[in-house]
Amino acid sequence: MIAEAGHYALVLALGLALIQSTVPLLGARWRDVALMNVARSTAIAQLIFVAASFAALVTLHVCSDFSVVNVFENSHSMKPLIYKITGVWGNHEGSMLLWVSILALFGGLVAIFGNNLPLSLRAHVLAVQAWVASAFYLFILITSNPFLRIANPPIEGRDLNPVLQDIGLAVHPPMLYLGYVGFSISFSFAIAALIEGRIDAAWARWVRPWTLVAWIFLTLGIAMGSYWAYYELGWGGWWFWDPVENASLMPWLAGTALLHSLVVMEKRNALKVWTILLSILTFSLSLLGTFLVRSGVLTSVHAFATDPTRGVFILLILCVFIGGSLSLYAWRASALKQGGLFAPISREGALVLNNLFLTSACATVFVGTLYPLALEVITGDKISVGAPFFNLTFGPLFLPLMIAVPFGPLLAWKRGDLLGAAQRLMGAGVAALIAVAVLWAWTRGGSAFAPLAIGLAVFVIAGALSDLAERIGLFRVPLGTAVRRARGMPRSSWGTVFAHAGVGVALIGIVCETTWNSEYIGSMKISDVAPIAGYELRLDDVKQRHGPNYREMVAQFSARLDGRLLDTMTPSKRTFTTRGATTTEAALLTRGASQLYISLGDTARDGTIAVRIYHKPLVLLIWFGPVLMAFGGMLSLSDRRLRVGAPKPAKSLRGLQAAE
Amino acid sequence: MTRKQRRLTIIGGSLAVLAVAAALVLNAMGDSILFFSTPAMVAEKHIQAGKRFRLGGLVQPGSLVRGDNLVVTFQVADGIATLPVFYKGILPDLFREGQGVVAEGALDSSGVFKADTVLAKHDENYMPKDVADALKKQGRWKDEHGTKPTDGAKAGEIPGASRSAQGTPQPGQGALR
Repeated sequence: MIAEAGHYALVLALGLALIQSTVPLLGARWRDVALMNVARSTAIAQLIFVAASFAALVTLHVCSDFSVVNVFENSHSMKPLIYKITGVWGNHEGSMLLWVSILALFGGLVAIFGNNLPLSLRAHVLAVQAWVASAFYLFILITSNPFLRIANPPIEGRDLNPVLQDIGLAVHPPMLYLGYVGFSISFSFAIAALIEGRIDAAWARWVRPWTLVAWIFLTLGIAMGSYWAYYELGWGGWWFWDPVENASLMPWLAGTALLHSLVVMEKRNALKVWTILLSILTFSLSLLGTFLVRSGVLTSVHAFATDPTRGVFILLILCVFIGGSLSLYAWRASALKQGGLFAPISREGALVLNNLFLTSACATVFVGTLYPLALEVITGDKISVGAPFFNLTFGPLFLPLMIAVPFGPLLAWKRGDLLGAAQRLMGAGVAALIAVAVLWAWTRGGSAFAPLAIGLAVFVIAGALSDLAERIGLFRVPLGTAVRRARGMPRSSWGTVFAHAGVGVALIGIVCETTWNSEYIGSMKISDVAPIAGYELRLDDVKQRHGPNYREMVAQFSARLDGRLLDTMTPSKRTFTTRGATTTEAALLTRGASQLYISLGDTARDGTIAVRIYHKPLVLLIWFGPVLMAFGGMLSLSDRRLRVGAPKPAKSLRGLQAAE
Repeated sequence: MTRKQRRLTIIGGSLAVLAVAAALVLNAMGDSILFFSTPAMVAEKHIQAGKRFRLGGLVQPGSLVRGDNLVVTFQVADGIATLPVFYKGILPDLFREGQGVVAEGALDSSGVFKADTVLAKHDENYMPKDVADALKKQGRWKDEHGTKPTDGAKAGEIPGASRSAQGTPQPGQGALR
């Protein structure tokens, strides 16, 4: 009954989306207010029906109704409740349903809080949003219906893939989707602007908060996924340049570029045509990511060829939306009026540079991700493009970008003074040089790369801070005045400081982890001691334990530093009875921003256990950096200017805060 | 500065950056791409010792020998030829005799494949994509290895799930893969 209701709600949502994708357009053409307002009510109704459908699937999973294929294949009655819920999106059908739910959520938010938008713009935006939604509803209903029944219901389910039975699954996919799908709003606004043939600074001011929200979630989602892979996969890697990861990195790079070009558009009314293109590209990359992950093309081109319905369907969606929007762009972009002038050395110029490097870096990731697929389809040769490729292409492109980051905020709009900015960055440069010198002396004989890279990171952080000091006049005016100025500084300027500093922090973490990571791999028996980076880890005990749906072997280690006991660490190896699969649960001990990491390997016949122990210096900074960036984004989002600024977007912003 | 000059500056700058990016890509393509081979293809192509590639196939049942200090040796077979593999480190959770495996490394002078990375997917009915395709090409595909596309989609759920065991670390590169 619940399954049928959920299915029915989804069909109704499709019907509503079809209405929403046509009627408002006619209304806009005929200038009929009532017809244009249809968009608003259908968007809200659509959200309600999709939410009902999603709730139905969650209910089915929670009460373990194994007569539904999706529940049977991905759940088990013994599974803890939290994983019954998160298992809803731990599979293809459920995660697509989550995808459209979030799409409908964003559409609904625009409908509810977009009262201040010009009526025809809102109608167009919501109609475009509904085109995307209709395509994905059709995809779910035709190829991946999560509500299908089994004729003879089994008693027990097949359980969720054990690797996914982790709290990471509760957070990572929804965050990532909020980011991915959030970019649909900037896409819809871009298409609406192209249809209307009108775009101005107010447009950028409406789009910016939505893009920021999506970007914040995507940043956090990627960081979260990286940390999840780090502790769950058991060998301490945190980024693999895996196509699945690249699929989320590409929209992030394009989205970051979009965020910066929107600033230019809003402040200076320039770069209109480029911003529109970037909005289209960002969402296209989100769609591409969905295609890569969801069509099965990464796992096997063969699987794609034998059961092509899903892959071909998404490919079709991809072609229609990307091809259609780019054609529309080619046709209409010339109608958009030219914007303000600026000299190459200026804030605008710096942001253009930022866009250039970010999109080029994005393009190299694109090539590295899709080239092996293309080659296999065309010649049949199989190759793998791994980390070395990306390190050699992505790295050199990010280097000049990082050097340029501190300069941007210090340059004036229209015409900047590079020399002046450089002078104001003297302090940051000196700090960076000191950092390089100290590290060089400390790690004598080591490679020159790490101290230089950390010096660069220090430059970025110190540069962000000197921008702050510059704005509030620190050391130039009395402290009290400086504090007052700091209070009065727009939140978006604070946001810039935090986000840019976050980039530097993440870079420090990345460099330290990759350069000074120490590793111990060996077989241990009880009371053996493994020395690593000054710590001593003693294997005290090995026990067997039963979990709700698994058995596990738990090893107990005591970690000592200079003979003093710090803590015990208990890595384990779980065997899931239903699937017969094993997972490795790593144990982590955090010391400041560094971590000790133990994961277990096989047990040999003589009772020794293979263990892998890492000491990862400053590894937590890798994820702390993105958190800082996201925090900067949130500060920016709460900026007063975006709340009370030009065409009174007060209401739209209150809505965004609720969405956080 | 006129609008035209400004535009030329921007376009020139963009082209320069894109050219650099393209050069980087082409350069990296030459050095850091690994080809995939099965044991039969290795025998056929006479891959020289020291050249890195990816070896794929089935772990020959009964061939796995565990030595001291986490040294393992096993044979990789594709039904036509077999190739001995030497590896030092912890094997992935899903490494099993009779199942598909992909190893990354190079041949040594005696014709043994020295692997520094052994990959297996975190899904028990998963056959590494390259192995499955190669076996199919040779007509040695058995349906019990069959993978449904849904399994693949599931495995895509966690980033980097296809990466697993990391052997003797190589500085710089080893930390990432």
